[in-house]
Amino acid sequence: MTKITFIQHDGEQQTLEVEKGLSVMNAAVDNLIEGIDADCGGECNCATCHVYVDDAWMDKVGPTNDAEEAIMSLNPERKDTSRLSCQIKLTDELDGLVVHLPEFQY
Amino acid sequence: MSDMPEPRTSMVGKDPYSIPLEDIDVSQRELFRSNTMWGYFDRLRKEDPVHYCKDSEFGPYWSVTKFEDIMTVEGKHNIFSSEPSISIQEPLEDFKVSMFIAMDEPKHGDQRRTVQGSVAPRNLAKMEDLIRERAGKVLDSLPVGETFNWVEKVSIELTTLMLATLFDYPMEERHKLTYWSDVATAVPGPDSIISSNDERRKILIEETIPAFMGMWHDRANKDPQSDLISMMAHGESTKNMANENPMEFLGNLMLLIVGGNDTTRNSMSGSVLFLNENPDEYQKLRDNPDLVGSFVPEVIRFQTPLTHMRRTANEDFDLNGKTIKKGDKVVMWYVSGNRDEDAIERPYEFIIDRDKPRHHVSFGFGIHRCMGNRLAEMQLRIVWEEILKRFSKVELVGEPVRSYSNFVKGYTDLPVRVHPL
Repeated sequence: MTKITFIQHDGEQQTLEVEKGLSVMNAAVDNLIEGIDADCGGECNCATCHVYVDDAWMDKVGPTNDAEEAIMSLNPERKDTSRLSCQIKLTDELDGLVVHLPEFQY
Repeated sequence: MSDMPEPRTSMVGKDPYSIPLEDIDVSQRELFRSNTMWGYFDRLRKEDPVHYCKDSEFGPYWSVTKFEDIMTVEGKHNIFSSEPSISIQEPLEDFKVSMFIAMDEPKHGDQRRTVQGSVAPRNLAKMEDLIRERAGKVLDSLPVGETFNWVEKVSIELTTLMLATLFDYPMEERHKLTYWSDVATAVPGPDSIISSNDERRKILIEETIPAFMGMWHDRANKDPQSDLISMMAHGESTKNMANENPMEFLGNLMLLIVGGNDTTRNSMSGSVLFLNENPDEYQKLRDNPDLVGSFVPEVIRFQTPLTHMRRTANEDFDLNGKTIKKGDKVVMWYVSGNRDEDAIERPYEFIIDRDKPRHHVSFGFGIHRCMGNRLAEMQLRIVWEEILKRFSKVELVGEPVRSYSNFVKGYTDLPVRVHPL
């Protein structure tokens, strides 16, 4: 198992223990975390599972991949720490990950 | 291209399984007007999900009918180009407008980013009160006790008001926006708003371009505002468009007008039809108005206001067992993907509280996914919140009349009566 914390736009925090290997998006959707729509179901094709990775974790999570970049570059809410949560896999290295949810999904 | 093509053998009224698979042509407009296309798509999804039609009014084309295959094509924008056209209909030879929906990267992204902000949720939140007030006024003016056309009195009126707001267009002339949108998409003919493509071109060039050109120059000379014209007039990648490329200027205006008009209009009409066809679902919504949040995406899935988007292959590509050749026309039938039982449970049922209601393909996916999707949802949500406060029922009292189009899936008439609470 691995820990992940979601911080809502209004500051509310939820920490979950989930199975390793899941994507951050799946962890959110399976546990009914508000603010993640994931309309396309994890195909990197809609940008409705957008999160801001906590600054302290950005090095370990890494930047957007090419497919993600193509779609995220159109999102007006995008910041340097933006990632699509369907593209982040929960590995050992990311145990304890903290992500922030945007006020609006695209 | 002639305005009145030679008639081909119609598939309307036939058993979808009685026709040889290779002769199925789901692009026939009459199938959509008569609402009899479903059986053909069901058969294609089962027997030949990536289907080649060698002869149609629009030339040869591939039909992509499964949700998952549509998703694949949407995601590969380098292979499946949006140029020269995103509908099965080819652009007219002598009237080439261009718009960013029908461009590839990087131009598409540059132009889209310029206007995206106007319909992004952050900006929409500021407009919510205004939209609610206008929707309320329209609903309060409906003739109680009379039969009237919901399409005209509510769906068109509300989407037109919205468009005028987004463009900061003079309210008293707002009906011109709807008129131009209809002119841009109509199939010419004796019963149509336009008799020929020449007439279409004349109206758009002689009326639409000059009307917007004046507003454009006016706003370019003022400080930037949050309306679409000001955003384009000041945007780095769009500010020279009006002077340097009038057909691109017209194209992008038409994209924003048609995109914000035909689509939401028809979902707004569809919502009334579906609730009348499913009285138990209507009761659920009355009993629990909070369900409007999942009701809205279910309406958009069930309606599928645009039947398809089209791509053109830049290179050979193997899709679900078929080889699509470079240059081939590829039609992603959203209307079929939204009834795909492998992606959506009980797809033919209208269920306002279904799980994952936003998992539908009506907005498309990938970089060309509908820019106004949140605006569409907000308009539908507000109008239904306001309807539920006023009327116990919007009752359908006659047969709907559907549009003669293989692209815009909609209605021209929906006779209703409203019953106050």
